[in-house]
Amino acid sequence: MNYFPDEVIEHVFDFVTSHKDRNSISLVCKSWFKIERYSRQNVFIGNCYSISPERLLRRFPCFKSLTLKGKPHFADFNLVPHGWGGFVQPWIEALARSRVGLEELRLKRMVVTDEGLELLSRSFVNFKSLVLVSCEGFSTDGLASIASNCRHLRDLDLQENEIDDHRGQWLSCFPETYTSLVTLNFACLEGETNLVALERLVARSPNLRSLKLNRAVPLDALARLMACAPQIVDLGVGSYEDEQDSESCLKLQAAIRKYTSLRSLSGFLEAAPHCLSAFHPVCHNLTSLNLSYAAEIHGSHLIKLIEHCKKLQRLWILDSIGDKGLEVVASTCKELQELRVFPTDLHGGGNTAVTEDGLVAISAGCPKLHSILYFCQQMTNAALITVARNCPNFIRFRLCILEPHKPDHVTSQPLDEGFGAIVQACKNLKRLSVSGLLTDQVFLYIGMFATQLEMLSIAFAGDTDKGMLYVLNGCKKMRKLEIRDSPFGDAALLADVNKYETMRSLWMSSCEVTLGGCKRLARKAPWLNVEIINENDNNRMEENGYEGRQKVDKLYLYRTVVGTRVDAPPFVWIL
Amino acid sequence: MSPEEELQSNVSVASSTRNIVGVLKEHNYLGLSDCSSVGSSNLSGLADDDKATISLKATELTLGLPGSQSPARDTELNSLGPAKLDEKLFFPLLPSKDEICSSSQKNIASGNKRGFADTMDKVPVYTEKNWMFPEAVVATQSVIKKEVTQNIPKGKLSTTNNSSSPPAAKAQIVGWPPVRSYRKNTLATTCKNSDEVDGKPGSGPLFVKVSMDGAPYLRKVDLRSYTNYGELSAALEKMFTTFTLGQCGTSGATGKDVRNETKLKDLLNGKDYVLTYEDKDGDWMLVGDFSWEIFIGVCKKLKIMKGCDAIGLAAAPAPRTMEKSKMRA
Repeated sequence: MNYFPDEVIEHVFDFVTSHKDRNSISLVCKSWFKIERYSRQNVFIGNCYSISPERLLRRFPCFKSLTLKGKPHFADFNLVPHGWGGFVQPWIEALARSRVGLEELRLKRMVVTDEGLELLSRSFVNFKSLVLVSCEGFSTDGLASIASNCRHLRDLDLQENEIDDHRGQWLSCFPETYTSLVTLNFACLEGETNLVALERLVARSPNLRSLKLNRAVPLDALARLMACAPQIVDLGVGSYEDEQDSESCLKLQAAIRKYTSLRSLSGFLEAAPHCLSAFHPVCHNLTSLNLSYAAEIHGSHLIKLIEHCKKLQRLWILDSIGDKGLEVVASTCKELQELRVFPTDLHGGGNTAVTEDGLVAISAGCPKLHSILYFCQQMTNAALITVARNCPNFIRFRLCILEPHKPDHVTSQPLDEGFGAIVQACKNLKRLSVSGLLTDQVFLYIGMFATQLEMLSIAFAGDTDKGMLYVLNGCKKMRKLEIRDSPFGDAALLADVNKYETMRSLWMSSCEVTLGGCKRLARKAPWLNVEIINENDNNRMEENGYEGRQKVDKLYLYRTVVGTRVDAPPFVWIL
Repeated sequence: MSPEEELQSNVSVASSTRNIVGVLKEHNYLGLSDCSSVGSSNLSGLADDDKATISLKATELTLGLPGSQSPARDTELNSLGPAKLDEKLFFPLLPSKDEICSSSQKNIASGNKRGFADTMDKVPVYTEKNWMFPEAVVATQSVIKKEVTQNIPKGKLSTTNNSSSPPAAKAQIVGWPPVRSYRKNTLATTCKNSDEVDGKPGSGPLFVKVSMDGAPYLRKVDLRSYTNYGELSAALEKMFTTFTLGQCGTSGATGKDVRNETKLKDLLNGKDYVLTYEDKDGDWMLVGDFSWEIFIGVCKKLKIMKGCDAIGLAAAPAPRTMEKSKMRA
């Protein structure tokens, strides 16, 4: 490769798109480092505090797409208090000051403001794609700026954000001359939608492939929208409240018959139970189905729909489908790769909608299954062992038994053996979430067998520090470890400080780590940011001298090359 | 009974219950394995001195387990040290049941260390103290009961109490189950309405859907937040103003002005619109015949119908007329 001019090498590098691979390339030699630097188009930053925008720009002056993640994963479950951080503003400002030709910005769990969105919309002429997932802090005014100013916008994808809906006219801010929309997802907006503006926008967007509507788009509007955009591949239905034989429903059915390109269906945020039958004609082409918000649809209707979906690869559903429904999935969806079963009853009402039987049925019927997220009330070791035997291809296995510490409901044993079987059989397992009654034994299994594991979520599990040590010692590829309500303490935390340099982050909440332990860690590892989140007693932490026994409520540590962050709120202590 | 004897009896209790889970009610609070008996947990690996310390602490009325901070335990852990564990030495692939039990027995105490340490710090947050039995009937029993509350995050009951219902209603653990708040909120909004409204007087919000002919989407109101028809009517008026204005907009009129607002009042109060509701039998009735209290007991859905479609509602149930009344631009 030394004999080739740089342009040729660069051209070869263009085919290498994975971040990991590009990182590896840049380590080969100085010349490759330089070439790779200037040709990197997509930059992925898994923790926005691990690096600064200035350093990013110094290293990659020519990138076009930036992905940033802010808060730790457990922020999704309200474990990270409001105001903790993850502000995108400094990034947008720095990028705007530089001459980088940003085209795509993808943010996850970050705080975005209207000012930031406005700055973004004005600073990058070729800006094409905005994807916000689980973000907060902005309103529809910010969206209006994006709509008004981004002439070449292709994607506006808002997934599960908390957006202050001012019921403004942001949709009508797209200029009449604007026709390049490809993706529009505003399902998470709670307020009224300007239906006229929406219909006009859709009508003048011939490239529109993905349209996800919010609750406020009713059936008749949906019918009209679908009629003027039959090329849609990915549809998120908003509201579906109407009688079966109404005029709008008939229009909808007519429109659906033309939807030969539809591959992905979601939404049904407000749904009358019988409405799914209108979509039966398109089911045979569907590869992705997300009905996890359709709480009002009875299991039997879900089953009737799924019976038609023979090509389904991805299914997100509520546990109201029941074990019987999962058996139907198992016998129908032979191409299934990813399954998520969410709980309808979040308060543990004892309604055993899905059990281990459903999981076993799926594992037996779907040979291509590699990702699963399964919420259930009960589980057995035997079932997990069977699942492991049936499906050794799991990449992601997340099992959440709703009741903490719940043992095998038949033998009353811990579920160590079941999860042990999973990690032993699934050699490519990258992500694992464990639950139920678990002792240190399960972590021994994980440490021994889960060699490819990158992310592990632990809750209410383990007995001693040994558990955590097994994982830290055994899982060489661990990147993200998040632990809550488990009895791991300072000994485990401090055993191998250098391990954390190989990981993105560690989260421990309601564990046994003490302030003294955290301070010792921070001293030993200056390249880590060791953050203590202590909402209750801001001052008590310092006062008494009992650091060795002062429990830390929430610990979040992560490697960084830019030291302590400056935007931490008062309740966050960076040691 | 000397502390030593008491602990011995605990040991035998533990052994006998090793394979019989659920005999002792207390075990089910945490769903711990059968090897979770407290008294026995510390005996196997610790020195005599600590046994004495433990036994004293066992009878102490503290929150937490005895011996959970014993120095012996710490040294045991320190012996693992920073060196890598040779896991195979510790546990074969399929350890015998005894091995599992003994290891977890050793370590159960530390598993509950948190509660004990917290007591030592005299953190005043725990109010569960007050729930404890004042007398130490059996050390095991009382300590396990304390164990129950100690493994619970501050101030909140866990939902692990599956054998006997707790005195208080099932409280929730923060951030559990691990479902995104966005999803929780979305489902909550949907589910509130599909729950059956049956005989829970004044116990919480009573959401019913309100539809209006020609309105682009439905709204929900909490009937319990009003005390009479007048309030409900006023609230609905406010809610559906925008729709009526929207109607004027889509029908070609230029923008919104005061004229349209007064038009709404006429629409709702006058001849054009009528408020109806669907009762438990699925019949559509005119609002106003019953007293407010009876009304909120039977109302399942509200609908603002066009006056012409509501003819004949007053006396007998009318067929649903949603199909006929579509507002077209």
